[in-house]
Amino acid sequence: MDALDRVVKPKTKRAKRFLEKREPKLTENTKNAMLIKGGNANSTVTEVLKDIYALKKPFAVMYKKKNITRPFEDQTSLEFFSKKSDCSLFLFGSHNKKRPNNLIVGRMFDYHVLDMIELGIENFVSLKDIKNNKCPEGTKPMLIFAGDTFDLSEEYRRLKSLLIDFFRGPTVPNIRLAGLEHVLHFTAVDGKIYMRSYKVLLKKSGCKIPRIELEDIGPSLDLVMRRTHLASDDLYKLSLKQPKALKPKKKKNISHDVFGTTYGRIHMQKQDLSKLQTRKMKGLKKRPAEKSAEDGGISPKKTKSV
Amino acid sequence: MAAVRVEEVLAAAAQEQQQPRSVQVEKELELEFDLGNLLALDPNPPPAAALRGAGPRRESQLRALARDNVQLLAARLWELPAERADGAAGPLVARLPEPAFRLPREKPPPRPRPPTRWEQFARLKGIRRRKRTSLVWDEQAKEWRRRWGYRRAGGDPARAWLAEVPAGADPEEDQLAKLRRAKRERVARNELNRLRNLARAHRAAAAPPLHPTGHQSRQELGLAARVARVSTASLGRFQPRLPKEPAEPPSRDGGKKRRFQPLLGDLAAERGRQLELLRGMNSKKPALDITRAVNKQLREEDAEAAAAKGKKRAQRGKRGRRQQQRPGKRSGGGKKGGPARRQQRPVGGGGRRKKA
Repeated sequence: MDALDRVVKPKTKRAKRFLEKREPKLTENTKNAMLIKGGNANSTVTEVLKDIYALKKPFAVMYKKKNITRPFEDQTSLEFFSKKSDCSLFLFGSHNKKRPNNLIVGRMFDYHVLDMIELGIENFVSLKDIKNNKCPEGTKPMLIFAGDTFDLSEEYRRLKSLLIDFFRGPTVPNIRLAGLEHVLHFTAVDGKIYMRSYKVLLKKSGCKIPRIELEDIGPSLDLVMRRTHLASDDLYKLSLKQPKALKPKKKKNISHDVFGTTYGRIHMQKQDLSKLQTRKMKGLKKRPAEKSAEDGGISPKKTKSV
Repeated sequence: MAAVRVEEVLAAAAQEQQQPRSVQVEKELELEFDLGNLLALDPNPPPAAALRGAGPRRESQLRALARDNVQLLAARLWELPAERADGAAGPLVARLPEPAFRLPREKPPPRPRPPTRWEQFARLKGIRRRKRTSLVWDEQAKEWRRRWGYRRAGGDPARAWLAEVPAGADPEEDQLAKLRRAKRERVARNELNRLRNLARAHRAAAAPPLHPTGHQSRQELGLAARVARVSTASLGRFQPRLPKEPAEPPSRDGGKKRRFQPLLGDLAAERGRQLELLRGMNSKKPALDITRAVNKQLREEDAEAAAAKGKKRAQRGKRGRRQQQRPGKRSGGGKKGGPARRQQRPVGGGGRRKKA
């Protein structure tokens, strides 16, 4: 009966709900991010973490104390934190002589590190440095990636995917159009990645679509890519796998071609062509004798000979 | 015919002028949109030369680029089917499509509950559940009653006030108590089986499937082994040593711990060490730095080869520098070749191959 003793069941309803919230689900909850300050982080890195926390706010956890760990050497402590706070995205900030102003952005799959990419901060303007109106907390940002570099190498492609994952926020069915206030713009050029954050001002244009004006609100970062740790293809494929129940059911007998035209296949019973009504002509008219024969052959009337 | 065409063109141009220019954005390559994520991907290369400029100029360039892209995204978003929330007075709300950009999941999809022992058995035997009505006709009460539970049909046997004494039974034995005991045993056994099923399900869930790791380098494997070593309840203190594992297991962080020789203890070893030091100091021969010697040798060989080919000086320097690093790594294990390398080689190619 050793095995029986080891089954730990939640003792209260609340604990049960808590555990159920963390279980794998068919449609997943919004990914939470944890922002971790490294063993030695300077003021720049700390400010960056604070600002990103402000952007991510309802879906983020901040670890403010010193955490002496190096994600590229030992991932166990990150995995522990991920399990503790049920976060699958992380941003780790540190600063040392070899890699000054260092950020490591990454994501987890099943509480294990999937991808992480190290970024160096070359230039930073904080949210506080720009004095103007900010966006409300929890605004879903519009994400824009500019530059052909994001499609050229696997590392940049993964970085793009990682940044989308990190900043996209909750998935929503509807959105208030006047509430589209915040843009995160990533530009990759000359081996640098410029991250800019703007507030959107909707101006009248005389037509349905408003004219867009942008206002810098910060944080803005100039980043360079350093080390990377990308998931192997097998693992990445596994993490992308969708459960069968979520896949849309295939509709039978409906197909589409490349132009978007819908084709349907219709199953019909075989038509009786002998009863087909063709063109009516006097010469093809049935004689009354034939008609009566078709009816059943019992016709009391006498036929008139033509 | 021509006149009509000109008029058409003019009309089109006038219409275009009516629309403010700022709403329309021209791009060489079309943007890719994923409206479910409010995402736009611009494959056009940004103006690299302009972005290389000074701070304010670069900022204005970036803002202009962003404005154009946001304008294009907004055009798509405002095209979506929209309606007013809470009747006519509310704000305009657009319906977003499903997100299309594939992103990895946070956790693997939920696994189905493992079958209980009975379900396994039933499947093996092909026993299928059949539906039974919950109400049955009670002959005595002359009404429809539940098959089970409170006020069940036929009366609850546990609440019976009368029990038949079977033939050959001990007349002194309490038959009602026997029934009660049997019922209690059945309930207890059922509970035990339930817990067993739970434990079996738990055991299956406790060992999650391993994820593929891909190719792991030597360093990564070493790291994994080190982490595994200290991942026991006693932090790897009583872990038996693997065949080629170093005697002093590295610490959790991977660093080496400094250990000093004991002040008192092995006098013979200490004496030997000191004598060895003195011998080295007394000897006429200079202590050999193998790495330096090898580097010198290689550089000379390269210089000769380059001179023979008539290459430029700059290239020669580069090659020499690159090759310096290689023997340095080997110096720890390459003691055998030491004495041979110390000798200066006469002029001539192919000397290196002989020594190695």
